[in-house]
Amino acid sequence: MGFATIPSAIVVGVDGHPVAVEVHAGRGIPGLTLVGLPDASCREARDRVRAAVLASRAKWTDQRLTVNLAPSSTRKVGSALDLAIAVGVLVASGELEVEQVRGLAFVGELGLDGTVRPVAGIVPIVDALDTEAVVVPVASANDAELVDGPHVRAVATLGELLAALRGVEPWPDHDRPIRRADTGAPLDLRDVRGQPVVRRALEIAAAGGHHLLMIGPPGAGKTMLASRLPGLLPPLDRVSAMEVSRIHSAAGHSLSGGLIRRPPLRAPHHSATMVALVGGGSDAMRPGEVSLAHGGVLFLDELAEFPPTVLDALRQPLEEGVIRVSRARFTAKLPARFLLVAAMNPCPCGEAGRPGACRCPDGLMARYHRRLSGPLLDRFDLRVDVFRPDVEQLLGGEPGETSAVVAQRVAAARVLAADRGVLANAHLRGRDLERWAPVTADAHELLASTLRAGRLSARGLDRIRRVARTIADLAGHDGTLGTDHIGTALHLRAEVRLGAGAVA
Amino acid sequence: MTAARLELGAAGEERAAAWYRARGYVVVARNWRCREGELDLVCTRGRTVVFCEVKTRSSLAYGHPAEAVTPAKQQRIHKLAVLWLADQDPPVRADALRFDVAAVLPRSIDVIEAAF
Repeated sequence: MGFATIPSAIVVGVDGHPVAVEVHAGRGIPGLTLVGLPDASCREARDRVRAAVLASRAKWTDQRLTVNLAPSSTRKVGSALDLAIAVGVLVASGELEVEQVRGLAFVGELGLDGTVRPVAGIVPIVDALDTEAVVVPVASANDAELVDGPHVRAVATLGELLAALRGVEPWPDHDRPIRRADTGAPLDLRDVRGQPVVRRALEIAAAGGHHLLMIGPPGAGKTMLASRLPGLLPPLDRVSAMEVSRIHSAAGHSLSGGLIRRPPLRAPHHSATMVALVGGGSDAMRPGEVSLAHGGVLFLDELAEFPPTVLDALRQPLEEGVIRVSRARFTAKLPARFLLVAAMNPCPCGEAGRPGACRCPDGLMARYHRRLSGPLLDRFDLRVDVFRPDVEQLLGGEPGETSAVVAQRVAAARVLAADRGVLANAHLRGRDLERWAPVTADAHELLASTLRAGRLSARGLDRIRRVARTIADLAGHDGTLGTDHIGTALHLRAEVRLGAGAVA
Repeated sequence: MTAARLELGAAGEERAAAWYRARGYVVVARNWRCREGELDLVCTRGRTVVFCEVKTRSSLAYGHPAEAVTPAKQQRIHKLAVLWLADQDPPVRADALRFDVAAVLPRSIDVIEAAF
């Protein structure tokens, strides 16, 4: 008769949940029953654990084993509990002493030969533990140490772990995978020739966190411009870096470069499914592209090619900065605060920008434009046309400003936003606008006439003021917003010229 | 089944029967058969009736003998027990039924009482 409780944890969404692995060994037909709502991959632990224990030259008991994963009301997913189950079985059956595992938590998947394999979500998992130390797979050790939590012990095999626990051998000291610093410089804005309006829009988007839509023909440089946006954003502070790293760890990415300091850029293809974009899928609730873009940029190229249902699912994260994924059993809340940058052709053939060049039939045009819902287009504060640069600019043009120079102005603008209690001006609340973004009488008249002309919605009005605030901040103007600021903001929120489906 | 294996099984059942007798049980049936299958050993002590499945192995190379008593086999033994009780004339007075597994190895016998 024996009993053991071994601490471990699993990851659901981007959060770790502690799990106590309870093992009871007693009389009965030999075998192992696993209870406590394990899913398929978790239930298979039974067979992996037994093979791994035998491969590690430890005795597998003839007693009847009951393993309970507490709390038994929540679903357990994945293979991260294998190692804890193995240790629990060995303690319950007397192969290990309770004293030898005191204060230790165990995380890792077991191979049939006793190797300890890395698991997804090691950062949130280790973060959920409150033990003195945690034993993790060697490949996960660097990521586990990013957490300001338990002391990390890395093992490669179960046999090695048993030897260390029994005090036969010292704790193994494995060569860790070398930490790569972020490789290569980010793409630089200097490479972009011409395009003054779009460069301006990129700078404003980065400074104020305003979503950007670029419309232009193929080859105009939309993708090139968008991929330079993360380089303009300030590096993530310690708290955001931890948050972003947790998300990427939960998605199964190895953080070989340490904490993610650079704002991520995610560019899902338009064939991406709903689950790939918003997250969910299995019981593990893997974060989707919108969460992986948290703290950075979500770039949707060929916006109109995305299925409309997928695009409308973006509305909640755009408003709230989180996405709630609900399944029958539970709901996961995943962080998803990102800067949305989208690019699209003006029409399916891409040539509508040049008079007389478009060959698209009317029916096709209408279908193309119907794919974008008004509410989604309304979320883009900056909408700019991108034209193909002309020959002189391409061949002889001066190189533009470097990203570093622009990033300095962006950082300064973000400091101003921080003084107003927000991350960026786009997050200013409507009722605070009177205080932070007052407008002059002339500018007020400009807004009023635009409203009267029906070219602006009430929500659009607030958005214009936020963009104007950012424009003023970048220009070093810290007072009331004038007609030039409001005018530029209105100009950069150009009517989307999509044939009949114009949206203001 | 080869003669050697039949002999191994019979020897195991004999040792299991001896184990029960030594503890004051009366062996009332051995290898009771019907169309549904076979009960290895039925014993009584007082008003407790014990149905025992005997598993004999010559080594542990293929796992513990008792592991071979799968849930499907357990269900079949439950059913056989009911048939056996119905078949007794005069009826057996049973206050309690118990299902045991006897794991017999060359140098040991391990009876798991109330195994299922």
